[in-house]
Amino acid sequence: MPIKHPNLKLSRLTDALPAWAGDIAVDDLRAVCRQVHDGGGRLVALWGSDVRQCGGGFKLHVVLINETGLVCLNVPLHAEHPNYPDISDIFPAANRMQRAAYDLLGICAQEGHDHRKWLRHGAWRSGSFPLRKDFDAAASRTVEADDYPFVQVEGQGVHEIPVGPVHAGIIEPGHFRFSIIGERVLRLEERLGYVHKGIEKRFERMSLQQGAKLAGRVSGDSTVAYAWAYAMAAEGIAKVTPSNNALWMRALLLERERVANHLGDLGYLGNDVALSFGFAQFWILKEQVLRNNATLFGHRYLMDAIVPGGVAVHLSIEGKHIIEQECDMLEQQVRILRGIYDEHAGVQDRFIGTGVVTPKLAAQLGLCGLAGRASAQAWDARVQFACAPYDKLDVQMATYRNGDVAARVIVRFDELFESLRLQREILARLVSDDAAPVLLERLPANGFGIGMVEGWRGEVMVAIHTDAQGGLARVHPHDPSWQNWPLLEHAIIDNIVPDFPLINKSFNLSYTGQDL
Amino acid sequence: MYQILKQIVKTGIKTETPPQADGSMRLVEQRLQQAILEAFGGALAIRQVDAGSCNGCELEIHAVNNAYYNIEGLGIKFVASPRHADLLLVTGPVSRHMELALKRTYDATPEPKLVVAIGDCACDGGIFGSGDADGSGENYATCGKVSNVIPVDVVVSGCPPAPTAILQGILTAISARK
Repeated sequence: MPIKHPNLKLSRLTDALPAWAGDIAVDDLRAVCRQVHDGGGRLVALWGSDVRQCGGGFKLHVVLINETGLVCLNVPLHAEHPNYPDISDIFPAANRMQRAAYDLLGICAQEGHDHRKWLRHGAWRSGSFPLRKDFDAAASRTVEADDYPFVQVEGQGVHEIPVGPVHAGIIEPGHFRFSIIGERVLRLEERLGYVHKGIEKRFERMSLQQGAKLAGRVSGDSTVAYAWAYAMAAEGIAKVTPSNNALWMRALLLERERVANHLGDLGYLGNDVALSFGFAQFWILKEQVLRNNATLFGHRYLMDAIVPGGVAVHLSIEGKHIIEQECDMLEQQVRILRGIYDEHAGVQDRFIGTGVVTPKLAAQLGLCGLAGRASAQAWDARVQFACAPYDKLDVQMATYRNGDVAARVIVRFDELFESLRLQREILARLVSDDAAPVLLERLPANGFGIGMVEGWRGEVMVAIHTDAQGGLARVHPHDPSWQNWPLLEHAIIDNIVPDFPLINKSFNLSYTGQDL
Repeated sequence: MYQILKQIVKTGIKTETPPQADGSMRLVEQRLQQAILEAFGGALAIRQVDAGSCNGCELEIHAVNNAYYNIEGLGIKFVASPRHADLLLVTGPVSRHMELALKRTYDATPEPKLVVAIGDCACDGGIFGSGDADGSGENYATCGKVSNVIPVDVVVSGCPPAPTAILQGILTAISARK
């Protein structure tokens, strides 16, 4: 049992993960959060649900993590005054999540000092909340002017550069407000929410299978991680375990997704320091991986390959050989390219010491995933909470302390090689069974499940609540970018503006994953 | 430097033959004169706008720049501002929060201009539902397809469309009507 509190009764959620859930009164929330924080734990996700139709009010859900596992605290809130105490002083990452929970559901963190809107710009009326079951989209329609009070930096010679939402590259939209003096950045403030497309509301009308497709499109570059986390949550509710073969296959797909993304990022990181050779070379390798994906699994990015209950793809003996050859080729080529990056004075000059996040700050603010590991935050769900089949794989975690662009590049290289090793191990154990997969049709009524998978960017979590008919009452996908976006604001301080694209790319966070 | 040159020589040329234009991808008839199209064909500048996608389409638009598809080899390049662009490459669905930014980007693009909508969501709202220009659609947060917000010349379906399809859509937009 990961957390002890006199008023908290936890029940085990799934077998796939060490995860528990329990109700706790709103007055005890802060004490439990404080306890987890003091024990070195982190906040994973925070969202709310509307249970007024079931005779309740609202509910706040807070997922915390410590070295023993995940705990989902369910906090009942009053139907008329759905308020709860602010926890962003304990977990700073809660700030934006709390503001989003207010924008979408109207549950309010009190005593907090930051009550600015976050996901709502001007698309629906203030005071109306899309995730409430009685939300009337037509009546809430508005063309409200979208004003947002950015924090102003004052002083002699200070000026602002507003950037976005439409950026200069092929990149998702968001707004960055730089306060600078000369070339030096004094402060960066992010404003996101531009690609908010009603994903959570959309889930509520969907069948389990449609939901799996949507989960795979919360953030396209992490489609495998989301689809697996969604499937894991559903399987937890239905109390079914996919076949061993399906689990090995999922791990294979997840590692292939990691390899493809790391190759792409390493190419762009070269490009951003004017070594376009790096872009050309790494993207040739990435293209070969994507083409193999298309040949073997029918989709270049592996969308819809994982379904609740199992997988929708199959790998032949010849397919295994293709992947083995690909791994050998990548191993050899990436070693050459790593050597070139390491030896290139111009590249290293731009990488080293740029965009530093110190381990202390990373721990304070809850940095996670790849960027976290580059700042000594040793969390990797494949290692600490190794769900099958990772429990049989002994993943080697890559961590560094420097927290600069160079460290995030090194972590990518190390994880890439580790993923190639893992793929070979998985292939050796993957036995083709021709038995028809047992796919999940429906979920039991009034269930709750959590799935968490270490995607290439960090931990991707999906929570599913089912209604009295077993339909999707509420689905909450959580992207690691929620935790990591605020750190980018710190990483840029005292750097020069032209280094921003490089620092931003070294994190490569998802806009759509947090805008929902 | 020696290592870089050696690697370039060893890698060789990967570029493949580009696809032919496909008139069935057109949403409206070609509006531009042959002379303008010929000028575009020589040096087309593209501004990409993500108006609300899941970033899947962006991955494939990046891929169009890799050595296999080598879009720059055809005289087509991505530029940093709509003011430098001849063609907007837009992914969707158009979120309500991006509606104004997309309209402004369109207005900032000098005439004559072309718009190519990339991906299922840009074509019809896709999995995120058919939003609507006036708020009567299925999804409170989106305007649905790109042509609900700005005029579109060519649409490329797929989730996400393959790089060849994207290239084909762009080439169709700058080809004469056959």
